[in-house]
Amino acid sequence: MARWGKPAVFAASLLPFAWLLWASFNNALGANPAEYLTRSTGDWTLRFLCLTLAVTPVRVIGGLNWLLRYRRMLGLFTFFYGVLHLLCYAGFDMGFDLGEIVRDIPKRPFVLAGFTGLALMVPLAATSFNAAIRWLGAKRWQALHRLVYVVAVAALLHFFWMRGAKNNFAEPVVYLAILGSLLGYRVWRRIKVKS
Amino acid sequence: MLIRKSRFPVPPASEITPQAVYEQRREFLKLMAAGAAGASLAGWAGRRAHAQSGKLAKLTGARSAVPGAIAADKPTSYKDITTYNNFYEFGTDKEDPAERAHTLRTRPWTVAVEGEVRNPKRYDVEELLKLAPMEERIYRMRCVEGWSMVIPWVGYSLSELIRRLEPTGNAKFVEFTTLADPKQMPGLRSPVLSWPYFEALRLDEANHPLTLLAFGLYGEVLPNQNGAPLRLVVPWKYGFKSAKSLVKIRFTDKQPKTSWEHSAPHEYGFYSNVNPQVDHPRWSQATERRIGGGLFEAKIRTQMFNGYEKQVGQLYAGLDLKKFY
Repeated sequence: MARWGKPAVFAASLLPFAWLLWASFNNALGANPAEYLTRSTGDWTLRFLCLTLAVTPVRVIGGLNWLLRYRRMLGLFTFFYGVLHLLCYAGFDMGFDLGEIVRDIPKRPFVLAGFTGLALMVPLAATSFNAAIRWLGAKRWQALHRLVYVVAVAALLHFFWMRGAKNNFAEPVVYLAILGSLLGYRVWRRIKVKS
Repeated sequence: MLIRKSRFPVPPASEITPQAVYEQRREFLKLMAAGAAGASLAGWAGRRAHAQSGKLAKLTGARSAVPGAIAADKPTSYKDITTYNNFYEFGTDKEDPAERAHTLRTRPWTVAVEGEVRNPKRYDVEELLKLAPMEERIYRMRCVEGWSMVIPWVGYSLSELIRRLEPTGNAKFVEFTTLADPKQMPGLRSPVLSWPYFEALRLDEANHPLTLLAFGLYGEVLPNQNGAPLRLVVPWKYGFKSAKSLVKIRFTDKQPKTSWEHSAPHEYGFYSNVNPQVDHPRWSQATERRIGGGLFEAKIRTQMFNGYEKQVGQLYAGLDLKKFY
């Protein structure tokens, strides 16, 4: 487990990417492949965010301390799929026109929310290696990485806003329930420890 | 009136029409010249079968002579046209209608025509099919979401029906209602819109020869997911104006509030003409993705009135299109 765990999780996390890559070059993404890729990379960003944030509650409740070993990798895969999602938007929707993108982001609240979420992940990804923890000091590092909670809120806002027009909240509600209970667990534990 | 020259270069038809189809047109013209048109129309349409699913009943039409009715653009594949649909009565995902619309029963089917007309009537769809000669029309279809297709419809001008109804002097608008039967349409369970789906046009828009009452596509009857057994097609307006699976057509003196106006009035107006200069509040309408172009094909520029400005521009002379979006 210890020896094969990390490579196995790494390979499994790359599976969605591999499938999308294969499907892109084999015309297997339906009538609107650009839209499919954009949506799909967004979905996978959210899923990895859920997995990342599930590590601590599952570890504590289940007493599975070895889970901690995978948290960083899952977090970095969240960032990876988030960057792909941004690239899909920038490339397929905006034709990599930087001026157009800069004008578009503040114009559309749901794009702004998504962009904020991804931007907040940059410092987390940039300080994800061990040396960064030493430089910053564990306390400051941990405080910085609490930004992931803001990322979760921004991601949910992004998804809800995007589906707003169709009143079709079936999927965003599922993510709200998952992320809500994962964040709620932390709040509950904080209160319990203090009292 | 100012006519803007399109910035989107229109290539010559020979460049974008598939060679095979182009050849068939030549052949068709020869047949016409030979005076054998009537007898061979069916055969000509039959030879285009390579693009069809071939599962549905044939419904062919003569090539329309209405100005603007035959777009030079390359038609979208039958597969894309019939698997990428917005028909919320069957779910909000694009694949939902193709997967679920088999529950729609298209026979028996009647359309109630009522309101400000001298001859109100409940039409059977079989009667409507025989009301006027069927025509094939190749229309661009621009969805408000920013994608587009090119669809070879089969049908006739809605004006053919309107003429027979004899609207009264009070008739100023025409309303179109889609079937809303929860037993046949699983999407009605979600409160996406207030059902039934409801659309409307000004009477002069409804009477424009390009406004089509469509019964088929690609030489066959409409598949359920595309709005069988009959639907409206208004090519210069965003796709949602073209209501599907019609059960009621009503003439009225007041401008009605459509389903989308009711749901999000600041996003969807009564007119909803395709207009690259008026953005949707949540996205730009300047460009569109042509379905079937593949992953790395650049988006194309959206044309004023979806490229039908020459035919329909005069309907809106003097109207502030930013205000009446």
